[in-house]
Amino acid sequence: MTSPLLAVRDLRVRFATEGGVVKAVDGVSFDVERGRTLGIVGESGSGKSVTNLTLLGLHNPARTTVEGSAVLDGTELVGASERTLRDLRGQRVSMVFQDPLTALSPYYTVGAQIVETYRRHTGAGRREALDRAIEMLDRVGIPQAARRAREYPHLFSGGMRQRAMIAMALVCEPDLLIADEPTTALDVTVQAQILDLLGELQAQLGTAIILVTHDLGVVADVADEVLVMYAGRAVELGPATRVLETPKHPYTRGLLASVPRLSDPLDRPLRPVPGAPPSLLAPPPGCAFHPRCDQVIAGPGSPCRTRAPVLVGVGDSGHEAACHLEAGAGAAGVGSAERERERAQVPDAREGGKNP
Amino acid sequence: MFRFLVQRLLGAALILFVVFTVTFFLFFAMPDDPARLSCGKTCTPETLALIRRDLGLDESVPMQYWHYIVGVFAGRDFGTSHCSAPCLGYSFVNHEPVLDTLLDRFPATLSLALGASVIFLGVGVMIGMLAALRRGTWLDKSTMALSLIGASVTIQFLGVIARYVLVDQLRWLPKPEYLPFTGDPGGWMGGLLLPWLTLACVQAAVYARLTRASMIDALGEDHVRTVRAKGLTSRQVYLKHAWRGAITPVVTVYGIELGVLLGGAVVTETTFNIPGIGKLAVNAVANSDLPMITGVVLIAATAMVLANVAVDAVYAVIDPRVRV
Amino acid sequence: MSTSEAPLLEVAGLTKHFPGPRSLLRRRVGAVRAVDGIDLTVEAGESIGLVGESGCGKSTTGRLITRLLEPSGGTIRYRGQDITHASRRELAPIRAQIQMVFQDPYSSLNPRHTIGGILRAPLDVNNIDPPGGRRERVRELLDTVGLNPEHYNRFPHEFSGGQRQRIGIARALAAGPKLIVADEPVSALDVSIQAQVINLLADLRRDLGIAFVFIAHDLAVVRHFCDRVVVMYLGRVVESAERGALYEDAHHPYTHALLSAVPGAVGPGGGRRERIRLTGDVPSPINPPSGCHFRTRCHKARDVCATTVPPLTALAGDPGHRVACHFPSPAETLASVRG
Ligand SMILES: Nc1ncnc2c1ncn2[C@@H]1O[C@H](COP(=O)(O)OP(=O)(O)OP(=O)(O)O)[C@@H](O)[C@H]1O
Ligand SMILES: Nc1ncnc2c1ncn2[C@@H]1O[C@H](COP(=O)(O)OP(=O)(O)OP(=O)(O)O)[C@@H](O)[C@H]1O
Ligand code: SF4
Ligand SMILES: [Mg+2]
Ligand SMILES: [Mg+2]
Repeated sequence: MTSPLLAVRDLRVRFATEGGVVKAVDGVSFDVERGRTLGIVGESGSGKSVTNLTLLGLHNPARTTVEGSAVLDGTELVGASERTLRDLRGQRVSMVFQDPLTALSPYYTVGAQIVETYRRHTGAGRREALDRAIEMLDRVGIPQAARRAREYPHLFSGGMRQRAMIAMALVCEPDLLIADEPTTALDVTVQAQILDLLGELQAQLGTAIILVTHDLGVVADVADEVLVMYAGRAVELGPATRVLETPKHPYTRGLLASVPRLSDPLDRPLRPVPGAPPSLLAPPPGCAFHPRCDQVIAGPGSPCRTRAPVLVGVGDSGHEAACHLEAGAGAAGVGSAERERERAQVPDAREGGKNP
Repeated sequence: MFRFLVQRLLGAALILFVVFTVTFFLFFAMPDDPARLSCGKTCTPETLALIRRDLGLDESVPMQYWHYIVGVFAGRDFGTSHCSAPCLGYSFVNHEPVLDTLLDRFPATLSLALGASVIFLGVGVMIGMLAALRRGTWLDKSTMALSLIGASVTIQFLGVIARYVLVDQLRWLPKPEYLPFTGDPGGWMGGLLLPWLTLACVQAAVYARLTRASMIDALGEDHVRTVRAKGLTSRQVYLKHAWRGAITPVVTVYGIELGVLLGGAVVTETTFNIPGIGKLAVNAVANSDLPMITGVVLIAATAMVLANVAVDAVYAVIDPRVRV
Repeated sequence: MSTSEAPLLEVAGLTKHFPGPRSLLRRRVGAVRAVDGIDLTVEAGESIGLVGESGCGKSTTGRLITRLLEPSGGTIRYRGQDITHASRRELAPIRAQIQMVFQDPYSSLNPRHTIGGILRAPLDVNNIDPPGGRRERVRELLDTVGLNPEHYNRFPHEFSGGQRQRIGIARALAAGPKLIVADEPVSALDVSIQAQVINLLADLRRDLGIAFVFIAHDLAVVRHFCDRVVVMYLGRVVESAERGALYEDAHHPYTHALLSAVPGAVGPGGGRRERIRLTGDVPSPINPPSGCHFRTRCHKARDVCATTVPPLTALAGDPGHRVACHFPSPAETLASVRG
C-alpha cells in the first residue's frame, strides 16, 4: 500500500487559559487514505473540532501550543508557514462546518463566495469562475443554479445552504474534505440528502473525507474507518464495521449501548454511561475514562488509575483500542507496532510527573 | 425601497411633532412672563401690553400652540409684520425671525460636524482595525492606552491647551474662527482646523476603541473562519470580509453622534467661539429666548431624525439581509 | 385504556396561527399556520411521542397544551373539562397538573436563583404544603432525579447540562403533575448523557404514573420511550399509531421517508431499510401547499392530493392506526408503486 494521504502522529494541542492548561488534544494519531472516509466520533469537548482546525492552522494561535506531526502527501502541516497552509486551504484540503447559516458570509452572494475560492486558487477569470460556480451548484443539486448563484445565503433554506457550502468546498476538487458535523443542524430527511450527496461526490471526485460527528448512526452509514475520541485522546480506531460491531473499548461499548436504535428489540433497556465527561483542565489520572468505566481494573496499583493506555492492535485489520484490558490480551498489529515505537520517543509529560 | 423611505420620513415627521409639542408646553408654560423679557429695561405697562398682543401672548396657551403650528405651515402675522411660512416666530432678544437666525448659524455647525467626522472616523476606524489585527502587540496596547486617555480628556481642556501651544506659541495653526466656505474656502478650512482636530481627537479615541472591539468580534465569526478555510489571504479576510460585520456598530454609534453634532456641538463651539447652533442654544437659554430655544430644539431633533434615516439606508447598503 | 372516564387530555381541531413576520415594508405577510387542526388524545399514564421536522409545530403544540400559548381554534379538554380559553384563575388548579420540560437546560433555569429556590417556586405558586415542609420536599425531589440533596443552595451554572436537565425535570415534578410535556428534553445533551435522562423519565413514568407528551425529532428515542407516536408535518398530524404499528407498518409516505432517513437505520430483517429520499425542504408554513401539505415532496402524489385535504382516518384493520393520506400503503407495496 502507498503512503496515506494524511498521516497524523501524536498530535497534541494545549490552550493556556485562566483556569490552567487545557489539553484539548492529547496525543492523537490516525491515517486518512485517499478516497476513503474517516469518521471521528466523540462527545462534546472531546477535541474533534480542535484536531481538525489545527491541521489547517485555523485555530486561534494565541496561547496555544501544537505538537506532533501531520503529513499531508509529503507536506508537514504542524508548524508550517501561514503561506504554505493558505495555499493548501480550499485547494487541497477544504472544510464544511456545522452551521451553514453562520458559516456563509451574509454579505456576498452565494455565487460570489464560490467564485472567490476558485479564483484564489486557479487564477481563473471572473466569467470562467462564475460558470464553474454555477456548475458546482448544479452538481450539488441546487435547482436553477444560475439564478440561485446571484442570491444571498439568507434566502436559502438550511439544506440548500449546506449544499452551497459543499459546492464551495469542492470547487477546487480537493484531496481531502473535512466536514465538521455537517448535518447536526439539519433535519433527518435533509441530513440523509446531504450524506448521500457527499457519498456521490466522493465517488465522482475521489475525495477523502474526515467526517466529524457525535452520531454513531451517521458513522455507520458513511464511514470506512472510525476514530473514537474521549477527553482529547483516541480511545479506539479501526474499520467502521469492526469498531461498531465488535467495539473493544469500554467507552465505545458504553456509547453503543446507550444510544437507542431503530433496529433494537422494542424493549431493550438503555444502558447509559454513568457520570459525566471529565474536565480537560484536570483530567483524571491514568485512563481518562476510568471514573466512568464499569470494567476498571481494581486495586490500588491499578494501571487504569495510574497509566494512560495507548492504542494497541486488537485482532487484525488495523483495529486498535486504548485500554489496559486489551493491552494485556491483544497481540499488537503491524501498523500499531510501528506507531508504538514512534510514540515511545515522546514521553507523556503528565505521566512523568506522576510515576515514582 | 421608496415606500420604506416614505414611511421612515412620515415616522420622522411624527417624532418631530411630538418633540415640538413637548418643548412648546415645557417652555411656554413657564412662569416667566415672556413679554416682560422681551420688553427690556425701560418697560411701561403700555408697551408691555402692546408686546403681549403682538406676540400673541394674551391668548390662552392652546391657542398660542395652534397659532404656532399654523405659522409653521402657513405663516402668521405678528402685529404689523407678516412672518411667512415656515414661521418659527421672532426672537425675544433681537426680534429677528428665528428661522433666519437658525439658517444663518447652521452652516458653521455643519462645517464643524462634517469636517471633524471625516477626521475622527478615518483615524479612529483605522486605528481600531489595526489594533484588532495586531491584538496583544505593543501597537495594540499603546494605541489603546492612548485612546483611553483621549476618550477621558474634555474638549474645553484639550481645546485651551491646543490653542495655546499650536496657535499662540508654535503658530502652526491659524487662529480658530468661522469664515463662510462660499466666501473664502481656504480661510474656512484654516479657521476650522483646530476645532476639527480637537473634536476629532476626543471622538477618534472613542471610535478606535469601538472599532477594535467590534472587529475582534467580527474576526471570531464563523463566516470569517470559513473565508480563512478557503485559503484567502489575511488582507482579503480583513478588507473584504471581516470589516463589514465590524462596521455596523460604528455606523450605529456615528448615526447618533452625527445627530448630536448637527444639533450643535455646544462645548466645541463655545470653546472656539464658532457661531453655530450650539452657541446659539447656549445664548438662547441664558436669555430665556423662548422662540429661539424652541427653534433650536426643533432643528436638533430634525438632525437626529434625519441621521437615523441615513443610518438605516447605510445598513441596507452594508447588509443585504436588511434590504427589502 | 380506561374507557368509562374521559381521557386525561383530549385535543380536537387545535390550531395556532401566528401573525406572519414583518417584512421591512412593515406589512404582515400572511399568517404562520404553526398548528393547523390537530387531534390528540392522551390517557392517564400514557406516553405519546410527537415527531416531525423542524418547524412542523411540535413545540407550539406543546405550548398550547400547557396553555403557555393561547389557541387560535379548536378545543383542549383536561379530564373532560374544557380549558381551551380558561382564564388564569380557572387554570390555577390545573396548572400544577400539567407541567413542561424544556429543551435547553442552559436557558430554562434562572441563573440567579439557587436550585432550592427554583424547585420551591412551583410549591409556593401552587400553595402546596407537603408533609414535612417544602424544603424537605425539594430534597426528596433532588433525590428522585438522582441529584445530591446537598445541592440545595447551589446555582445552575455549577451543574453540567445533564444535571441541569435533571433539575428541569425535578421542577416539573415538584407540584405533582399528571401530565408532563417534554419538549426535546435530551436534544441538547451529549450522547452518553441522553440515555441517563431518558431512563430517568421512564422510571418516573413507571413509578409515578405520569403521562407524557414527548416531543422529539429523533425517531429512535421516541420508539424507545413512547407507547404511541404521532407524526406531524407542517402543522398537521399525518400518521398516528401504536408504537409497534408505526415502526413496523407505517402507512404514510412521509413516515416512510422519515424512518428511512434515520442514519444507521436497519430494517427488520437486519438489512438496510428501503431508502426513500425526499427532495427539497419543508415548505413555508406561511404558504403551505393546497390539499395535502406533503404533496410537493411526495412521490405518490396525484391530482386529488392538490385539491382535497386527506382526512386522518383509521385503517380498516386497526382503529388505533390513523393516516392522513389518499393512498396509504405499507412500505413494501410502496416499492412497487415506485416501479
Ligand atoms: N481557544 C481555546 N481556548 C481554550 N480552550 C479551548 C479553545 N478551543 C477549544 N477549547 C477546548 O478544547 C476542548 C475541545 O474542543 P473541541 O471544540 O475540539 O470539542 P469537540 O469535540 O469538537 O466538541 P463539540 O462536539 O462540542 O463540537 C473543549 O474542552 C474546549 O473547551
Ligand atoms: N412566536 C412565534 N411567532 C411567529 N411564528 C412562530 C412563533 N413560534 C413559532 N413560530 C413558527 O411556527 C412554526 C412552528 O414552530 P415550532 O417551534 O412549533 O416548530 P417545532 O416543530 O417545535 O420545530 P423545532 O424542531 O425546530 O423545534 C415555525 O414555522 C415557527 O417559525
Ligand atoms: S395524500 Fe397524496 S400527497 Fe399526501 S401523502 Fe398521500 S399520496 Fe402523498
Ligand atoms: Mg466541534
Ligand atoms: Mg421545537
